[in-house]
Amino acid sequence: MATTGTAGRSRTIELRVDGTAYHPDVDPRRTLLDLLREQLGVTSPKKGCDHGQCGACTVLLDGRRVLACLTLALTCDGAEVTTAAGLSGDDGLHPLPQAFVDHEGFQCGYCTPGQVCSAAGLLAEFDAGAPSHVTPSVSDSPRWTDEEIAERMSGNLCRCGAYVGIVAAIRQAGDKR
Amino acid sequence: MKPFTLDRPETAADAVSAVAADPSAAYLAGGTNLVDHLKLGITAPGLLVDVSRLTSSDVREDDRGGLVVGAGVRNSDLAADRRVRERYPVLAEALLSGASGQLRNMATTGGNPLQRTRCVYFQDVSTPCNKRAPGSGCSALGGYTRYHAILGASEHCVATHPSDMAVALAVLDAEVRVLGPDGERVVAFTDLHRLPGDHPERDTVLGHGDLITEIALPPAAWARRSAYRKVRDRASYAFALVSVAAGVSLVDGVLEDVRVALGGVAHKPWRAHRAEAVLRGARPSREVFLAAADAELADARPVEGADGGNAFKVPLVRRTLAAVLRDLTEEADR
Ligand SMILES: Cc1cc2nc3c(=O)[nH]c(=O)nc-3n(C[C@H](O)[C@H](O)[C@H](O)COP(=O)(O)OP(=O)(O)OC[C@H]3O[C@@H](n4cnc5c(N)ncnc54)[C@H](O)[C@@H]3O)c2cc1C
Ligand code: SF4
Ligand code: FES
Ligand code: FES
Repeated sequence: MATTGTAGRSRTIELRVDGTAYHPDVDPRRTLLDLLREQLGVTSPKKGCDHGQCGACTVLLDGRRVLACLTLALTCDGAEVTTAAGLSGDDGLHPLPQAFVDHEGFQCGYCTPGQVCSAAGLLAEFDAGAPSHVTPSVSDSPRWTDEEIAERMSGNLCRCGAYVGIVAAIRQAGDKR
Repeated sequence: MKPFTLDRPETAADAVSAVAADPSAAYLAGGTNLVDHLKLGITAPGLLVDVSRLTSSDVREDDRGGLVVGAGVRNSDLAADRRVRERYPVLAEALLSGASGQLRNMATTGGNPLQRTRCVYFQDVSTPCNKRAPGSGCSALGGYTRYHAILGASEHCVATHPSDMAVALAVLDAEVRVLGPDGERVVAFTDLHRLPGDHPERDTVLGHGDLITEIALPPAAWARRSAYRKVRDRASYAFALVSVAAGVSLVDGVLEDVRVALGGVAHKPWRAHRAEAVLRGARPSREVFLAAADAELADARPVEGADGGNAFKVPLVRRTLAAVLRDLTEEADR
C-alpha cells in the first residue's frame, strides 16, 4: 500500500486468537474481521453486511461479544479474540455448537459462527444479571425465557430463517449450564 | 477508505492536543458509527485518535447524590449498572432499546450522543445532502421521510437525531463535561445538540478538539419513576420512529414534577417544555396528557415525501406520550 509520510503507517500488534499468538503488521484501515480472515487465515467469523447490521462477524473480544467488522484491528493490540472455532475444545464440541446441531439451528450455516459467539456472550451477560429490552422491569433480574433469548439475539440475522432452532439451541445450552 | 494514521496516546490531554493540532483529525471511541462512515466515504480523517481507553470507564457517585459516567463507559455496562437501573430507569431502558447486544458492548457514553443522523441520503454519498456536503441540497425533501423531523427542522435539513440514550439524557438534565484545547467546561446536555438552521452540518456546539470526558446525572428523585418507550418498524434492532422519555412524581394525586423528552421528531433530542408546563400541577387524566402533547406539537411541520410523508408521527407522538404518562401515573398511584 502506498503511503506518504506517516499517513497510513502500519504497525505490528500482538493478539491471541483462539489460543494462538499472532504478531501481524497491520494497516490502520484494517478491521479486525479482515485481519482475521484475510491476513491470519482465521475464517470462522463471516463477513455479511460489513456495516454492523447482521452479526455474522461476531467474535468475543476479551470475553465480550463485539462486531469484528466495525473494530479497527490496531485497537486490538494485546487483546484476546475468541471465534466460534475456538469454542470447541479437545473433548469434543462446546455445548453451544452441539446444541445448534441438536436443534437444527442453521440451514446454510453462514450466520452460525456469529450466532454461536453471540450466544456465548449472551449467556455471560445473562449470568451477570444484565437486563434487556424485554425484561419486565430494569430493576429486576432477567428470567431465562425464550423472549429474553430472542431479544438478546436480535443483532444476529439469519437469511435462512433458522430462528426457531437457534432459540431452542440456546435454551438447551443455557438450561444445561 | 482513504489512508489515515491511528494514534493511541496515553492521556486525554495528549489526545486533545493531537486532534486540535490537525484539522482533519477525529476521535475514535467504540467506532460503531465512525468506522461505518469511513467505509461509506462520509468522512475521511487523516488522523484517528483512539480515546476509548483514555476517558474513564467507571460510573461513580458524586457529592450531590448524582452519578458521573465516564465517557468510556460502554452502553451495555451503563444499562446494567444497579444504580442506574434503580435511580434512572429511563436511561437504562433507553440504552437497552438501542442497537444490538454486540453494538451496546462497543458503543460508549461519549460516542453515543455524537453519532450522526441515519438519514439515508446522508449515508448515500451519491446523493445531495446539506449535512454531509454543505450547499448541495437536501434529498430528503419529497423523498423518503418516514424517519425525518416534524419539529425544529429548517428548509436545509429535516434529519432526526438517532440516539435513544440522548433522549433520556435530555430528560434527566444531564451535564456534559468537556476537555477542549482551552481547558475544561460544562455544557448542559439539552444545549449540546443544535437545530439545523442554516448550518445542518454542525450537529453540536462542540468545537474541533473538544473531548467529552464525563456525563453527569444530577440527583433526581422523580427519576425513580421514569420510563422510555420506543416505537419502531420492528420489535427490536431498529431506530425509533418516535420515542418518549418521561418521569413523574405525584403528591396528593397531583403531578408535582414531570419531565418529558421526545426522540425521532427533531434534529436533537427534544425536551418537551411546553408539555411539561401543561402537566405540572395537574391531576393525571387522558385529557390532560393529550392536551400536553397538543401543546408540544402545536408547531409540528410534517415533511411530505414520496413514501407518504411523516404526518403519522403527530398522532403517534400524541398517543405514545399519553400511554407513557398513564403507565407512570397509574404505577405511582399504587
Ligand atoms: C446497525 C446499527 C444499529 C444501531 N441502532 C441504534 C439504535 O437503535 N439506537 C441508538 O441510539 N443507536 C443505534 N446505533 C448507533 C450506535 O449506538 C452508535 O454508533 C454508538 O453509540 C456510537 O458510539 P461509539 O462509541 O461507537 O462512537 P464512535 O463511532 O467511535 O464515534 C462517534 C462520533 O463521536 C465522536 N466521539 C466519540 N467519542 C468522543 C468523545 N469522548 N468526545 C468527543 N467526540 C467523541 C467520534 O469522533 C465520532 O464522530 C446503531 C448502530 C448500528 C451500526
Ligand atoms: S435531511 Fe439533512 S441529512 Fe438528510 S438529506 Fe436532507 S440535509 Fe442531508
Ligand atoms: S459483517 Fe459485521 S455485522 Fe454484518
Ligand atoms: S443458516 Fe443460513 S443464514 Fe443463518
